[in-house]
Amino acid sequence: MADTIYAYVQTASQEPLPPPGRTTGTIYWIQKNLFSSFSNTLLTVVVGLFLLWLLPILYNFLIGHAVFQGDANTCRINVDGACWVFIGDRIRFITYGFYPPAEYWRPNLVFWVGLALIIPLVWTGVPYKILNAALFFLVFPVFAFILLNGGSFGLLRVPTELWGGLMITLLLAVVGVVGSFPIGVLLALGRRSKLPIIKTFCVLFIELWRAVPLITVLFMVSVMLPLFMPQGTTIDKLLRALVGITVFYGAYMAEVVRGGLQALPRGQYEAASALGLNYWKSMAFIILPQALKYVIPGIVGTLISLVKDTSLVSIIGIFDLLNAIQSAGSDSAWATPTKSITGYAFAIFIFFILCFSLSRYSLYMERRLNTGHKRGN
Amino acid sequence: MNKKLLTLAITAALGLTATAAQADTLSDIKQRGFVQCGVSEGTPGFAVPDANNEWSGLDVDYCRALASAIFNDPKAVRFTPTTSENRWQTLSAGEVDVLSRTSTWTMTRDTTLGIKFVGTTYYDGQGFLVRKDLGVTSALELGGATVCIESGTTTELNAADYFAANSMEYSPVTFVSQDETLKAFEDGRCDVFTTDASALAGNRLDFAVPDDYVVLPEIISKEPLAVVVRQGDDMWFNVARWTYYALLEAEESGVTQANVDEMLGSDNPGIKRLLGLEGDFGTPMGLTKDWAYQIVKGVGNYSEIFERNVGSGSPIGIARGINALWKDGGLQYSPPIR
Repeated sequence: MADTIYAYVQTASQEPLPPPGRTTGTIYWIQKNLFSSFSNTLLTVVVGLFLLWLLPILYNFLIGHAVFQGDANTCRINVDGACWVFIGDRIRFITYGFYPPAEYWRPNLVFWVGLALIIPLVWTGVPYKILNAALFFLVFPVFAFILLNGGSFGLLRVPTELWGGLMITLLLAVVGVVGSFPIGVLLALGRRSKLPIIKTFCVLFIELWRAVPLITVLFMVSVMLPLFMPQGTTIDKLLRALVGITVFYGAYMAEVVRGGLQALPRGQYEAASALGLNYWKSMAFIILPQALKYVIPGIVGTLISLVKDTSLVSIIGIFDLLNAIQSAGSDSAWATPTKSITGYAFAIFIFFILCFSLSRYSLYMERRLNTGHKRGN
Repeated sequence: MNKKLLTLAITAALGLTATAAQADTLSDIKQRGFVQCGVSEGTPGFAVPDANNEWSGLDVDYCRALASAIFNDPKAVRFTPTTSENRWQTLSAGEVDVLSRTSTWTMTRDTTLGIKFVGTTYYDGQGFLVRKDLGVTSALELGGATVCIESGTTTELNAADYFAANSMEYSPVTFVSQDETLKAFEDGRCDVFTTDASALAGNRLDFAVPDDYVVLPEIISKEPLAVVVRQGDDMWFNVARWTYYALLEAEESGVTQANVDEMLGSDNPGIKRLLGLEGDFGTPMGLTKDWAYQIVKGVGNYSEIFERNVGSGSPIGIARGINALWKDGGLQYSPPIR
């Protein structure tokens, strides 16, 4: 066997190719994300200049020149910086409203117990979910009501007119979120029901509530409702606002959930029936878990707007966080040029923490529940 | 069906008016143990949450006076913050017994809303705020000035009337919100800022250097800020009205929170009648004999309330002006207690 020389077989080894460009590291990230094209570079420069202009101004106002110590007179002299002493001085009012100071432990306790129940509930790794949920959804509301409202077990009665500030904002947000979600799911299922009465009712209910602005709903419950009631019987104003907000957002939630139900392939419904599951079982074990997963971003978007819209209750004279800050600022003892803007900055900060944590949690859940349905990033 | 609904609505309306006519607010309050008082959400000097998380202000003190008259306890009152939009309904729905909320007494309101104005606790009116270095001491010297005004308000119309009536030229610069108007004034975009005088004094304090500004003495409109109750309960109306008069009467006779116990020994028949030592003026109203003593003991007289909330004892520092007693040249006047 003679060696055949094949002309097309290379005899010498090829020069190695240059190494590929970086695909990791800061420089690569900057190149790819900030300066990848002309328009991208232009945008980066413009935004960069804007931030260079804005950030020092914000820093100087909020921190650099801000008044952290002193009194109203210090703030009056120092007009270039935020008046944080105002917030410090009125923090009790901003947090609790007119709640009697001797009873502050009650909202505090409710807050910490609520937090202690909610964190393991939303953290997927923790066991005993059913017990935890039962405690949070059934026992905790009763506990919170007894403690906050008082009047039994030897607790001083604190009527809701005295509640205020951050306490009211959190209460409205938590009750709104917890209450509107089941309402939304039920309405969404009802709207897709084959029973005409249920379907008509749900459609009318959803469309009616969605057709009115929240402000109108709040005015209705605060102004019109009492006129229909017999003289002398009044429903608590806070309760009315709570119900108004919850039902209003329930209607919005229903449409988000319906989106998820419609996105689910028909095969899933048929498979559930084929397994012999009845309506509620197929909904609970097959349909809803998948449908809700599709619409997590929509649900969280609705919840975030709910949290922010709680500040609308100020128009019916309830002292939520924002209204409490404004009212505290109307005291002539704190008549200073910067107190209003400082108050608003503080409110922004609190609302940002609330909404941003909700949004982060939704991302965590999306990753956690990702079982291969994810389409791209 | 429609007829049925209509009948139902009419019955309901009649039912409501019937209950309103029989309403006995004073008994309800006594049974409940506290007065429910509608105030504003935060008006400097009139109703604000203070450093101790308590309501304070002139409007607030009137409610405390009511509570003192009924329960001998200025704290037996619960405050409901109301907005300018929901105040009338809050009152007519019975959520509050009395509205003490910087509400201007006008004819339309008095005759159409089913309410009764009790008395003017503060005579307000539109005034002018100018920079001191302008060197102006009277509104009559404002000819040719630029004026910062909130648009679409009665303030705007009043200013137009005033300048026309005094044959002065002026150029209005209007803004949609009060904050914006104030900012423009502070930035020097106009010479004059105009709104209600009680608010002017408070606004002035928000400027970087309040002492650079001065409120001119002229008041160009009538804004009587009055206490309001529901129509159809004359007994309660009497209590509300005479509580206000007792505050004035106490000031007129020189009875103060500090000296009221001393005054019990006074020989002055007027003071004796006021404090319930001679005659009984409380019982016919449904109160006790010493109702006015309790009021003064609880909150002081009108002058004390005025000075600590909006007058010399407060940062706002409004002069008594037309809110002085009639004998000092003001408008506050109480019919005699006899």
